[in-house]
Amino acid sequence: MTRFVVRRTLSAIALLFATSVVVFGIFEVIPSYNPARAIAGRNATQTTVQEVAHKFGFDKPFYVQYANTMKLIFTGQVIDYQDQLNVVDQFRQRFGATLSLVIPAGILWLLAAVLLGSISALRVGRMADRALMVLAILGVSIPIFLLAAVLLYLLAFKTTIFPNTGYVGISDPVQWAYHLILPWFCIAVLSVGFYSRVLRSNLLDMVNQDFVRTARAKGLSRRQVFVRHVLRNSLMPIITMFGLDFATLLGGAALVTEFVFNIPGVGQYEAQAIGNLDVPPILVGSLFTAFFVVLFGAAADVLYALLDPRIRLTG
Amino acid sequence: MGERLLEVEDLQVSFVTEEGVLRAVDGVSFTLDRGEVVAIVGESGSGKSVTVMTLMGLTRGPNSRFGGTARLGDRELIGASEQELQRIRGKEIAMIFQDPISSLSPVHRVGDQIVEQIRAHEDISKAAALDRAVELMRRVGIPHAEQRARAFPHEFSGGMRQRAMIAMALSLSPSVLIADEPTTALDVTIQAQILEEIKELRAHGDAGVIFVTHDLGVVADIADRVLVMYGGRVVEQGTLDEIFYDPQHPYTWGLLGSVTRMDREPPRRLPAIPGQPPSLLSPPEGCHFRPRCPHAFDRCIEVPPLEARLPEAPGHLDRCWLEVADKRARREVAGRIGLAAAGTVIA
Repeated sequence: MTRFVVRRTLSAIALLFATSVVVFGIFEVIPSYNPARAIAGRNATQTTVQEVAHKFGFDKPFYVQYANTMKLIFTGQVIDYQDQLNVVDQFRQRFGATLSLVIPAGILWLLAAVLLGSISALRVGRMADRALMVLAILGVSIPIFLLAAVLLYLLAFKTTIFPNTGYVGISDPVQWAYHLILPWFCIAVLSVGFYSRVLRSNLLDMVNQDFVRTARAKGLSRRQVFVRHVLRNSLMPIITMFGLDFATLLGGAALVTEFVFNIPGVGQYEAQAIGNLDVPPILVGSLFTAFFVVLFGAAADVLYALLDPRIRLTG
Repeated sequence: MGERLLEVEDLQVSFVTEEGVLRAVDGVSFTLDRGEVVAIVGESGSGKSVTVMTLMGLTRGPNSRFGGTARLGDRELIGASEQELQRIRGKEIAMIFQDPISSLSPVHRVGDQIVEQIRAHEDISKAAALDRAVELMRRVGIPHAEQRARAFPHEFSGGMRQRAMIAMALSLSPSVLIADEPTTALDVTIQAQILEEIKELRAHGDAGVIFVTHDLGVVADIADRVLVMYGGRVVEQGTLDEIFYDPQHPYTWGLLGSVTRMDREPPRRLPAIPGQPPSLLSPPEGCHFRPRCPHAFDRCIEVPPLEARLPEAPGHLDRCWLEVADKRARREVAGRIGLAAAGTVIA
């Protein structure tokens, strides 16, 4: 276990370093990229731009700029170029909204995928399975911005069943949930289709395993055979997928949903930053995501080892 | 012999596949008494496993079709409801499978898997069931049973896993124990130990055992009666001595001839039956063994009935049109049973 933690920590550091270098490097090679001009404003003179460039260190070599930026990030002093706001504070303030969006959505899509995948597998080839297949393909292929827009049009504009975008903090749980139901649904739809198909095929592979036959030969009921033996042994791939998908969503990958529903989460902030080619928020966002990917990757491995005793944690 | 446990009559199993109807089992009949070991022998695909799995309802499915009857005491198994079968499985008929590593759930502790079976049929506490599981594991010769009950199957050796399977199968003292090639995946020393466990069971006289195998050496060691299956049909059945000393069907000769024997000079080449087992989707007309049989003649185009052809042995049945005297003469060619069927002549 110690070995596992040490090795995972080392690889996390390596990954974060590589991520930061690559993201920072991208802006070196973007052709018309000039942060000093952006900061100085639309009507700035050439001299002002140069002064700004000098003040922010844009005239220094790549590695010096990189070192300075990283230092600012880790001392929590880094500011974005657009609004001159402290980036770390922004992430801190916005993370609550992202958690509110992503955690219930994750639970929703996991439960729905297990339920629908199981129904498909148990009714393989029949109407229910075929109908779910069509729904899964729809879910996977509908762009989330379209789904979100259609839902808003139908349920918040044409009929006012749900509020028209916006976010309410969890201190008012009823309004909080009321505002988030549509966003949760949008995020879940995307994953449910894919997850339920993967689970279905795992389940169908598992049904023909010898130990499932043993379970039936023991005199267990169909439900016991399915839940304790078939389903239990089919969950592993789903867990790995879930760890990584959930991590990227926490890191801001829910940005489309946050944007459309106007939820002030980290994804919305990152989306704005990308639009403005604003390096510090993009860099922090990338590191933020990479951190969660490493963390949840390790968590998935631990869970894996708990679920399957044949797997040892070796890092 | 003890009381009659199981009576199978004209059992038919077919599977509807995309290429057509596959007749896996075609008219198998046999009985099993308490304290008796009946061996079902045959090549892969002869229908022996399907026969025994059908008794437990494990071959049921949307594409399976069944015929005939199988009575456990006064209960019919073939048409039984799933709930009824659920009560019978594991409690009255238990099964040991061929491959003990894939037949145990990889993610559950061995003790818990035995507990699961006990608690599926009896309303007792987990702790009490675990005590019984440990006791069973000890009985089948698993050392340190208390600790081993907490281990997972991958932490067991092949022989220990099969012992755990046997412990599981015996956990509710079933009256019928089905062993489907229980020693095939094990090396010979472990095989001998596992066979001892099964013989032990027979000696107690509690259960009847159906032993499915393709290993005639094992059959000679353990069986009271033998069914020889080929292409979904029983081609010969009788007592162990009848089958081994006076085999009537050329296929049985071939099987016996392809076994090496310690008490005879080994042949230069181990005789084998030429050809392939028949496809059950489009089986040969008449006797299924006809295309491979060196003794086939025109009458073999009709299916020979499975019947007694020896006045002195009314329980010895076979499916071959040849006259008994003719058979006895032919099978002794080259002085050795089996070579006649194998078509090999040793100079």
